[in-house]
Amino acid sequence: MTVTDTPFAGGVVGEARLRKEDPALLTGEAKFIDDLELPGALWVACVRSPHAHARINGIDTSDALAVDGVIAVYTGTDLADTWAAPLPCAWPVTDDMKNPDHFPVAQGKANYAGDIVAVVVATSRYAAADGLEGVVVDYEPLDAVVSVEDAESDRVVIHEDLGTNVSYEWPLIPDPEGVDAAFEAATHHVTETYVHQRLIPAPMEPRGVAVVPAPHNGDMTLYSSTQIPHVLKVMAALTLGVPEQKLRVIAPSVGGGFGCKLNVYAEEILCMALAQRHGVPVRWTESRTEAAGSTIQGRAQRQTIELASDADGKLTAVRATLLADMGAYLQLVAPGVPLLGAFLYHGLYDVPFYSFTCKSVFTNLTPTDAYRGAGRPEATYAIERAMDALAVAVGVGTDEIRSRNFIPTEKFPYDSPAGLVFDSGDYQPALDRAKELIGWDTRMAEQAERRAAGSTTHLGLGISTYVEMCGLAPSRVLASLNYAAGGWESATVRILPTCKIQVVTGASPHGQGHETCWSMIVADRLGVDPDDVEVLHSDTAISPLGMDTYGSRSLSVGGTAIWMATEKVVEKAATIAAHMLEANPEDLELTGGVFSVKGSPEAEVPLAGVAFAAFTAHDLPDGVEPNLEAQVTWDPPNFTFPFGAHIALVEIDEATGAVDLVDYAACDDCGNQINPMIVEGQLHGGIVQGIAQALWEEAIYDEDGQCRSANLADYLVPSAAECIDMKLDHTVTPSPTNPMGVKGIGEAGTIASTAAVMNAVVDALRPLGVTEMAMPASPMAVRRAIEAAGGGAS
Amino acid sequence: MPGTPLLEVGRLVHMTPWGFVMEVSVTVNGEVRTVDVEPRTLLAHFLRDELGLTGTNIGCDTSSCGACTVLVDGRSAKSCTMLAVQVDGADVTTIEGLAGKDGLHPMQEAFHECHALQCGYCTPGMVMAAVSLVDEYSDLDADGVREGLEGNLCRCTGYQNIVKAVLAASE
Ligand code: FES
Ligand code: FES
Repeated sequence: MTVTDTPFAGGVVGEARLRKEDPALLTGEAKFIDDLELPGALWVACVRSPHAHARINGIDTSDALAVDGVIAVYTGTDLADTWAAPLPCAWPVTDDMKNPDHFPVAQGKANYAGDIVAVVVATSRYAAADGLEGVVVDYEPLDAVVSVEDAESDRVVIHEDLGTNVSYEWPLIPDPEGVDAAFEAATHHVTETYVHQRLIPAPMEPRGVAVVPAPHNGDMTLYSSTQIPHVLKVMAALTLGVPEQKLRVIAPSVGGGFGCKLNVYAEEILCMALAQRHGVPVRWTESRTEAAGSTIQGRAQRQTIELASDADGKLTAVRATLLADMGAYLQLVAPGVPLLGAFLYHGLYDVPFYSFTCKSVFTNLTPTDAYRGAGRPEATYAIERAMDALAVAVGVGTDEIRSRNFIPTEKFPYDSPAGLVFDSGDYQPALDRAKELIGWDTRMAEQAERRAAGSTTHLGLGISTYVEMCGLAPSRVLASLNYAAGGWESATVRILPTCKIQVVTGASPHGQGHETCWSMIVADRLGVDPDDVEVLHSDTAISPLGMDTYGSRSLSVGGTAIWMATEKVVEKAATIAAHMLEANPEDLELTGGVFSVKGSPEAEVPLAGVAFAAFTAHDLPDGVEPNLEAQVTWDPPNFTFPFGAHIALVEIDEATGAVDLVDYAACDDCGNQINPMIVEGQLHGGIVQGIAQALWEEAIYDEDGQCRSANLADYLVPSAAECIDMKLDHTVTPSPTNPMGVKGIGEAGTIASTAAVMNAVVDALRPLGVTEMAMPASPMAVRRAIEAAGGGAS
Repeated sequence: MPGTPLLEVGRLVHMTPWGFVMEVSVTVNGEVRTVDVEPRTLLAHFLRDELGLTGTNIGCDTSSCGACTVLVDGRSAKSCTMLAVQVDGADVTTIEGLAGKDGLHPMQEAFHECHALQCGYCTPGMVMAAVSLVDEYSDLDADGVREGLEGNLCRCTGYQNIVKAVLAASE
């Protein structure tokens, strides 16, 4: 099913409209968490274990307490009675999943370098830092588990009471016999193993927390640099045992999240507890280096993927097996991250038989959780790299192997072998367009020439196509996956007496431009200026209902709620307008901000007149309440399935192993676009983040579990100098699952680009016999791969 | 200025239980500000906590990200890498001092026009670095902008629109 008509008539949606968020951010007017002025606030600093695994035999706080400005120091034991529950994991993916108790301050044992073992409360930022140095902890270091293989072996069991390091195993094998038979009958059987290194999300704003208590009436306001003020409110109330109606959570301006601010963190609950205890505001701001041990990391899994195909390379089965690193504890949605990819290891290919199994283990490393794409970059990487291996086995081009296997357009909506229904898709045009943008044929010819001439500067072209499931998520589907919450979103649209508009959203933006886009959606329908629409968000007192921002859900779920609330308020306004015009509501249409009677355009009343009439309420039709306001909570019937094709061109110097990214082209399809400028911006940033996994970034841990790339000098977030201009285009295949036909674009770039670059790197080095390449493909990794393949100049 | 011995640039005022504090007198966004500070106070913290100019952000502790970039005597400097006492007598411009009475500075305008910001956290530092870069080099091309902004990290934009904005503003 395809929706051919655009549902937008107002001329606003679809414009590359500049963002209304910008002026505050460009001038320093915007307030991030550390910018908040909180007179009299106490500063918190956390004493973190320097050991990955150690028994705590004693803590001496006397020197710290003697530091000027230090008010108090608490250990895990001191605070043991404070918590109503351990820090939450909201996604117990199996009934027998093992989940160790995780408290804001460790008691008895530290399980990773970064685990909080004590906390200093002081009158200033500097005094709190001084206090840290005075806390003396008597550690007894234990053997650390740093690899998933070591974890799986249970050589050292980290959480003794669980008896094992394995948290859960989760299989998805709809037809096991079918899979086995397909592999038996296969002409080609490709087996590949990949490692997704640990990544540090590194939003430019570190995290921070501030809590303002009102000791006499019991109110408490929690400010946090979070993506999820609404989810946090529920979880914080439960974890600390404070009444939810007394708790208000505010996410001020948030400087990026990328999944790492989609969590309930120790410091949030800790600051609440300390504010309660001291009766004054309490605040904490993360330092960058501290973040390696205080904020979740991403990816960290080992994958095996097997493809079965016939002689022509037509896929008959896909089997994927994962070993995923949860880190020391289960953070909010960590166990579910592999599941978000579990359904997509066959990519956008039409495959009859499918098998997926994931085992997740604990290590003595920083906990992992959702990082931009969460599960889907991993899945895309596996299938897209393996498709290149299959192309080589079959002896066809990497473009051709994909074209042969794309789900045919006429099969949509497509019943996937993993049990999903893909909403809409048309994959070949996206690949064709990406090839055109990169100049595929010319580049292939250039590569052949260089190879024939024996050049040691190798060109490589890598494709990654992708389909993702986003728009998290139908609540019933989440229930079937054991997720502890729903996937709906809430919106309110209010037409004020002066015909200015207030919109309240439960999505919680941190760079995505919701204020601009939501204004456009509402303005397009109401016929008002988008600047007359104000979008309120990220404060649970103003926007009490919400499920927040992650999983490319904001537009397809939150935006749809905005659309529907707008329709609902228009319906009410039409009733009043009809009364004013002595007409039937069904005969009215709203265009350009004016209600008129279809067929007799002279009978009209402007929306502004209706808004004022709704406010004065002097003459409303019977049974109609005053004012114009509508609230909607939208629970999507299905995920949405954006797709696209990305192609990277790299040049590799055989002697140094240096990879130079020469060109990058992509054609993406996120359905109807609200603001193409913002779509492109999301792609730019997303693509670079994925390229960074391929070429530069890695949280490097040594055998003792120490992070050797904890700060931004050692962890290689790319600068402008490493990046290039990307060539982007799009196709439009609207989603039939929501009225706007939108899909989502926040994660697409990251999902596609890692595999495109790595395929290009391997393609470049194929004449040297290279078939495997570790990420990041640093000069050292490249040289190692060339040497392992026994080829190349030295 | 970096490397200048502390006692030559600030004036010892008095002892406190925390040690001595020094008087720093600095012109910030055109206004002379005279404040007593602990000598160890970073310029970034001085601007943010003492003067309330929170537009200057802090994104790292290794002088890597550039979120804290301000202009000291017209040239970009990472304010997390300087002590407040080092700017005694200097002229400092922060992001708050960039927009004039007639609206945004051309560099801010270009960032807006080119969608060169998303979360906006890197933006004040990026804009200040870009202002200094454009001021210093008259014939910038894209590569020059990319090299020139190497010390400023942005996690959101992939830099494509930032480069576009800086080039637009340099014309
Ligand atoms: S905060 Fe100054 S360079 Fe990062
Ligand atoms: S806009 Fe978010 S870090 Fe640059």
